[in-house]
Amino acid sequence: MLRDITIGQHFPGDSVLHRCDPRLKLLGTVGYIAVLFVAGNPLGIGLALAFLAALYAAARIPYKMILKSLKPILPIILFTSVLNLFFVSGQGQAPLFSWWVFTVYPQGVRYAVLLSLRVIALIAGTSLLTYTTSPIVLTDALESVLRPLGRLHFPVHELAMMMTIALRFIPTLIEETEKIMNAQKARGALLDTGTVLQRVKALVPILVPLFISAFNRASDLAVAMECRCYRGGEGRTRLKVLRYTRTDALCAAVLVLALAAIAATRWLVPGL
Amino acid sequence: MPDIIQIEHLRYVYNAGMPDETVALDDVSFTVGEGDFVGVIGATGSGKSTLIAHLNGLNRPTSGRVLIDGRDMWQKGEDLRAFRFLVGLVMQYPEYQLFEETCAADIAYGPRNMGLSEAEVAARVREAAAFAGLDEALLQRSPFELSGGQKRRVAIAGVMAMRPRVLVLDEPAAGLDPEGRDTILSQIRDYHQKTGTTVLLVSHSMEDIAKYADRVLVLSSARVAMYDTVEAVFDRAPELLRLGLSVPQITQVFLRLREMGLDITADVYTVPYAVKTVQKALAAKQQRKGGAADAP
Ligand SMILES: Nc1ncnc2c1ncn2[C@@H]1O[C@H](COP(=O)(O)OP(=O)(O)O)[C@@H](O)[C@H]1O
Ligand SMILES: [Mg+2]
Repeated sequence: MLRDITIGQHFPGDSVLHRCDPRLKLLGTVGYIAVLFVAGNPLGIGLALAFLAALYAAARIPYKMILKSLKPILPIILFTSVLNLFFVSGQGQAPLFSWWVFTVYPQGVRYAVLLSLRVIALIAGTSLLTYTTSPIVLTDALESVLRPLGRLHFPVHELAMMMTIALRFIPTLIEETEKIMNAQKARGALLDTGTVLQRVKALVPILVPLFISAFNRASDLAVAMECRCYRGGEGRTRLKVLRYTRTDALCAAVLVLALAAIAATRWLVPGL
Repeated sequence: MPDIIQIEHLRYVYNAGMPDETVALDDVSFTVGEGDFVGVIGATGSGKSTLIAHLNGLNRPTSGRVLIDGRDMWQKGEDLRAFRFLVGLVMQYPEYQLFEETCAADIAYGPRNMGLSEAEVAARVREAAAFAGLDEALLQRSPFELSGGQKRRVAIAGVMAMRPRVLVLDEPAAGLDPEGRDTILSQIRDYHQKTGTTVLLVSHSMEDIAKYADRVLVLSSARVAMYDTVEAVFDRAPELLRLGLSVPQITQVFLRLREMGLDITADVYTVPYAVKTVQKALAAKQQRKGGAADAP
């Protein structure tokens, strides 16, 4: 149940994409998102989707994982498509059909489809990043990419450390919540029936133990970090130093070419 | 009368379809009669906790059936909660389930969920606290200021207070000092004897199982490896060792003795029984010697 949350879920594997430098993947994802907004025509979106499908295949991640990551935002996609469908009017176009107050123009259909595909590509693209990169590695990459901001006294290391710790403990807390819920269910707790007030009350036996254990964990962790003389980012070296390899260079080349091609559709085939 | 627990070809898979898919239970079948004290044993990861979570509907079988008192809780029209009151489950390290301001209120959580009257709830809290060896004075204190062993007992009392017909405990003695272990386990045995409740005790200590259980269910890599009386299971001690389980030290001594060629049984698992066996073996030897001396 709780485990079905896929945001940030890692799908371990040993493909090129899994081994690729996380900084490259992070920048590549940002680039992909940007390109999605640059290339707005059917050809561009089509190419972007094809490129993504190829990446998923290369990462050997089953396509049903895409569906899984799309599930939570499906209502949003549907809602915006329906709005587009009914509220976009084609200039001078003949309506496809009209019924009562609703009139649908070809232009509306076009917007609705393109927008949904774009959101799908966006979500599937960012999910690919988290599927192929473990969250810890990803925060390392984020710290490394944001390091220049440190010159402006932006606490990059502290932020990354907080993120690492938070990410590290999300699965633990989920597991803990499940355990506590099971223990209280075994004592007859009713968690998903009753009035709103009853449901809120039913959360107390779960939240109290959860907070107590989270605070205990946090203080244990703080002690453990202090025992090992943790004192922030200054002068800190890493166990795993990120280094670009030749494969990374190759991946980067492929990525830049593909993104450039997708973006270029905007200017090369403007008629679409 | 049907057996209180009937498990038929139970299979359970975690994360089906994911790369980390795990078959935690595979074709598990056994029955437990009313009033039995069954020890469930197996190496870490053999599926013990997964199995007992099926007994009160916390896990839903991937395939196979779990019948409690002859009824399948996953059948349409069955009320899962009724089964949770029928089979009381004390989870591993149950002290994390405490949340109330006083121990008494926490023990009362289960009975209150059953919809009992306040008088009945109070009576059950007192009864369960006595079974778990908790002082009246302790009941009005906050569970968070107690020692680990005391917290554990409050949690166990919280399940006993529901007066389940089957009490299932997942490693109730884990992480306690030897004295705390013995106290908790013998309290569970007293509870079993006084109330006649069916008890399933999960443990990975053969010594504990040998001391308290009548029957033993041995799980090994998601399957039932043995299910028999304590004597019969310990008679197969070499197999237990191969399954990665430790047998009681005294049994190991007797195994070695038998390997060395001594003519004795190896189903020895308690010290008093060991003494008797040694005496018998010595007497037999004496007799043989005597017989030999008498011969011309
Ligand atoms: N929540 C879970 N998700 C995935 N796998 C699990 C989960 N709980 C247990 N497992 C796996 O199922 C198997 C049996 O675990 P468990 O029933 O906890 O064994 P035991 O209690 O005998 O140590 C193990 O391989 C374990 O890794
Ligand atoms: Mg366990």
